[in-house]
Amino acid sequence: MERKIRVVLAKPGLDGHDRGLKVVATAMRDAGFEVIYLGLRQTPAMIAEAAIQEDADAIGLSILSGAHMTLFPRTRQLLAEKGAEHILLFGGGIIPKEDMGDLAKAGVGRLFGPGTPTAEIIAYLKQAVPGRRKEAPVV
Amino acid sequence: MSLLEKFFAGDVQALSSLITEVESRSDGCQAIVAAIYPRTGRACKLGITGPPGAGKSSLVDRFAGELAAESRRVGIIAVDPTSPFSGGAFLGDRVRMRSLAGNENVYIRSMASRGAQGGLSVATFDACLVLDAFGKDWIIMETVGVGQIELDVAQHADTVVVALSPESGDSIQASKAGLMEIGDVFVVNKADREGATNLVTQLNMTLEVRRKNEPWSYPVLATVATTGQGVAELGQAVRRHREFLGRHDRLAVRRKTQLKSQLRKILEDRIRATVSRRFHSDPDWDKLADRVYLKQETPYGAADRILAAWRS
Ligand SMILES: Nc1nc2c(ncn2[C@@H]2O[C@H](COP(=O)(O)OP(=O)(O)OP(=O)(O)O)[C@@H](O)[C@H]2O)c(=O)[nH]1
Ligand SMILES: [Mg+2]
Repeated sequence: MERKIRVVLAKPGLDGHDRGLKVVATAMRDAGFEVIYLGLRQTPAMIAEAAIQEDADAIGLSILSGAHMTLFPRTRQLLAEKGAEHILLFGGGIIPKEDMGDLAKAGVGRLFGPGTPTAEIIAYLKQAVPGRRKEAPVV
Repeated sequence: MSLLEKFFAGDVQALSSLITEVESRSDGCQAIVAAIYPRTGRACKLGITGPPGAGKSSLVDRFAGELAAESRRVGIIAVDPTSPFSGGAFLGDRVRMRSLAGNENVYIRSMASRGAQGGLSVATFDACLVLDAFGKDWIIMETVGVGQIELDVAQHADTVVVALSPESGDSIQASKAGLMEIGDVFVVNKADREGATNLVTQLNMTLEVRRKNEPWSYPVLATVATTGQGVAELGQAVRRHREFLGRHDRLAVRRKTQLKSQLRKILEDRIRATVSRRFHSDPDWDKLADRVYLKQETPYGAADRILAAWRS
């Protein structure tokens, strides 16, 4: 049985609805990914914990609230603290160009603007996920 | 350090990696089970199954929260179906288990059913062993109550809770036989909705025969998972069943039955894998097919020959 790409999807913060995120989730399922859906109002601690328990390959965060400069780095930091650097963190939302550079430096992956075709996100994950894991031998 | 060493040191990331190994039926599976097996058998295993949307996750959220508050360590395996078209899955049970987020005593793992040949049943059994060896006091498995494989998974449990809701009337009719036979404790969730009392009555009637023939009471409880109403009683019923199993030495009997079906499934998986490998690669099979074509042999005769060759 081959390994599936497992992606945690969440929407941190207090804003809005998750229709857009559900569309992405469905597209990912249809692309053969296993999507662990957390939904709304997730804190970085909840997200990092879930990703580790789920042995996720990637975490996708949808952030429209403008809090991206705290939420992404905080999640990245929590993952590092728990020894889960291999988990790819990417996202979507309205993120100004100048912030994107800083986030990339902080170890955050691609950030997709609103309306990005889901195929683009899926292609990105298929290319970016393999090889990130440096797993210890079983025995 | 190896994954197993990290696992035994209590590393959660290693626990997650080992579950992935057994879930994907990797080559390391057998070594993992060999290493952890002596440390298993302590956890109480609870299965919860029922029609889609009956409130299983919401009930697990409440019950696991209760256990964790008593300092019990809980592992949850939540199974959702794999899409037969893409092989992908939408695993959404965590959405209804929000109150458990950040709870140090609770570990949640979502699993996709990965199709009938995906070995779900064998994989979840092994995942339970991994959680058990990690020191979980309780293991809760949530499956959608459709299809034999999902019912099999629920039956890895020592205690099976069947959760229904008034609106699941139609789907119970469809899968009633299976669900009614495997449950130890029955729940009518969404008792705040119309039709709940009727459903309780209906279930009680259906269970009369089982109650008469067996020394267990097969309780039917009404709950409202969203408010917590009736959840304490559900917890009590589960614990009573646990004591019942212990009192009459039935736990050992049940676990031996579980192990025997696990053994059967492992064998079936292996034989299926061997057959499919040989089908694609064994030149003797092509020769046999030629002989069958030339009427020197019937298809059954050819199969007998292959089996005889395996036996020796
Ligand atoms: N009114 C009412 N709604 C409930 C109750 N319990 C759960 N729900 C709601 O029913 C919906 C389904 O609940 P879940 O807990 O996800 O049900 P489930 O059986 O785990 O669903 P699947 O895993 O998808 O099969 C959610 O919207 C819940 O909020 C209840 O007792 N009363
Ligand atoms: Mg559920």
